[in-house]
Amino acid sequence: MSSSAAAVQHGNLNFLEVKHGETLIKVTDLKKYFPVTEGMVFQRVIANVKAVDGVSFEIKRGETLGLVGESGCGKTTTGRCILQLERATQGTIDFCGVDLTTLSEKELVPVRQRIQVIFQDPYSSLNPRMKVGDIIGEPMMVHRIIADSAGRDKRTRDLLNVCGLPRAFAERYPHEMSGGQRQRVGIARALALNPDFIICDEAVSALDVSIQAQVINLLEDLREEFHLTYLFIAHDLSVVRHLCNRVAVMYLGKMVELADSDELFDNPQHPYTKALLSAVPVPDPSVEAQRAHQVLQGEVPSPMNPPPGCVFHPRCPIAVDTCRKAIPPLVELTPGHWVACPEVG
Amino acid sequence: MAKLLEVKGLRTQFATSEGTVKAVDDVTYDVDQGETVAIVGESGSGKSVGALSILRLIPDPPGKILAGEILFEGQDLLKLSADEIRHVRGRKISMVFQEPMTSLNPVLSIGLQLTETMMLHLGLSQEQADKRAVELLGMVGISEPQRRLKQYPHHLSGGMRQRVMIALALSCDPKLIIADEPTTALDVTIQAQILELMKNLTRELGVALIIITHNLGVVARYADRVNVMYAGKIVEEGTAQQIYHQPRHPYTIGLLNSVPRMDLPRGQKLIPIEGSPPDLTRLDDGCSYRPRCKWRIDRCDKEFPPLAQVNDTQFSACWRKDELDNVLQKMRQAS
Repeated sequence: MSSSAAAVQHGNLNFLEVKHGETLIKVTDLKKYFPVTEGMVFQRVIANVKAVDGVSFEIKRGETLGLVGESGCGKTTTGRCILQLERATQGTIDFCGVDLTTLSEKELVPVRQRIQVIFQDPYSSLNPRMKVGDIIGEPMMVHRIIADSAGRDKRTRDLLNVCGLPRAFAERYPHEMSGGQRQRVGIARALALNPDFIICDEAVSALDVSIQAQVINLLEDLREEFHLTYLFIAHDLSVVRHLCNRVAVMYLGKMVELADSDELFDNPQHPYTKALLSAVPVPDPSVEAQRAHQVLQGEVPSPMNPPPGCVFHPRCPIAVDTCRKAIPPLVELTPGHWVACPEVG
Repeated sequence: MAKLLEVKGLRTQFATSEGTVKAVDDVTYDVDQGETVAIVGESGSGKSVGALSILRLIPDPPGKILAGEILFEGQDLLKLSADEIRHVRGRKISMVFQEPMTSLNPVLSIGLQLTETMMLHLGLSQEQADKRAVELLGMVGISEPQRRLKQYPHHLSGGMRQRVMIALALSCDPKLIIADEPTTALDVTIQAQILELMKNLTRELGVALIIITHNLGVVARYADRVNVMYAGKIVEEGTAQQIYHQPRHPYTIGLLNSVPRMDLPRGQKLIPIEGSPPDLTRLDDGCSYRPRCKWRIDRCDKEFPPLAQVNDTQFSACWRKDELDNVLQKMRQAS
């Protein structure tokens, strides 16, 4: 698992060596607009859905960054842009000194080996016609990690074992497995190429409570064993709090707050973060009875036509006149704690 | 006072190519007037099938309600004719489903869907029904209700559709609402809105609520009493306080240890339940939870423990329920 730690040259790309605690990936002013077109034959763009609108953050090697927000806030699109499954409209994504947004598909091949993804739905993310062993083995074949099939087979079975499944499961098909087992297969596939960085896109959201805890523990163990860095995209705040070192909160394509986990959950500053935290029920009736519940009014506006100024102002309990005009920048309130709201701090 | 709803010995099974699935197996519980009862369990535990059985909404075939009584205001719903049960559905007992996207008819306007029910069950005229529909939409927090009546479900967001569903459920002054995962498909802040709305409206109007969910946090905030289901059976029953503070079934304890909690210090490892739920076509006579249970004894292999009384309001289906109290205390001291 150490091939990627050294400064490696892949084709004509020069990846810098990044040590534990140094910046592995740096996203700067990322924007992704999806055009909305009209007309059957002569299509013209009538609007843009601003899925991600100027997001910046960095992730250090060995760290887990949580990306939270409600549906449509752009958290998944951000992940897909990093994976280069979507090409960014604007902005840079610096991975070990290489700007991924400038690379061609061919140049991206060595990058794909180092950045992997675990998807939400363990039912649709595995090919139903392939055996589990082939699902996990295929990336190794494509990237020529292990040339001989016997070696690949052995590694596949080892990976299954690492992910808490019997080695014999290599011979099974996905439909013979439960949701939790399939998700373990998805994790084994992501590990097959010795990646440095794994994007977990709602990786535990579809699982039942008891199974979810198993997979969370597995992700934690793997992080330690293989020195992984995660971007953990999720809407469940209690899971994010449990797994992540730092957390970024997104709302309607913008980042509204970014801080260490402890700081964000104990001392949230942005009114949206506060409302989000207050909306999560705690599994304890006595605690619940004493908590103040701040229920946020209204709904998330359309990203096609976001409100002017601060995108959160129509639902914000502390909005003032200037919020309707000026877009608040993300400023560092205390060291490491970034907030995009001029009314706090 | 008489119970509003009494479910006794309910068994619902499905015939599949793999064998008979015992989705609900000898389930007994009751609901008082105006109270909120939560049914908690993971997928496949039979919580939805149990609720659908109350209104006889199980597709037959492949499903079949084999045995049991469902007494609603003293009347056995399972003995009613097809015509008679239609007068109960939507009128005395109504439902709110999980998927607000699929549970409204996409080709009928919101107004028509709301008024149809009231004209049928309450015999209102079109004008009266329209007037009440506007009131109902206002009550569930929908702005410009007059205009909404002419809109179609695709004009509304998920949260708005769920509000319409709640208005629909309340439209005929039911005695009981069954909400099957009412907020699972919604975002957290919208989930909070909908749950607060349901709680306030059911309290104000004195409607009883059965809320089916897998979310232990939702249960803690909104339920008076809780039934925990596993593999088609109720394994523990008690008040919300008891279930969370003195659980007496290993599965309940396992569930509570599995969820990360926002109110506790970070950095504690979760204690998951090992293994996965059983195949419902291959259940034997023993306790269905025993392959995952830390406290299993020989007796668990042979006999399924009955749901037995622990104290006034709490019941547990575990042979070692009385020892679990000490076990829990030791666990708390250790942590």
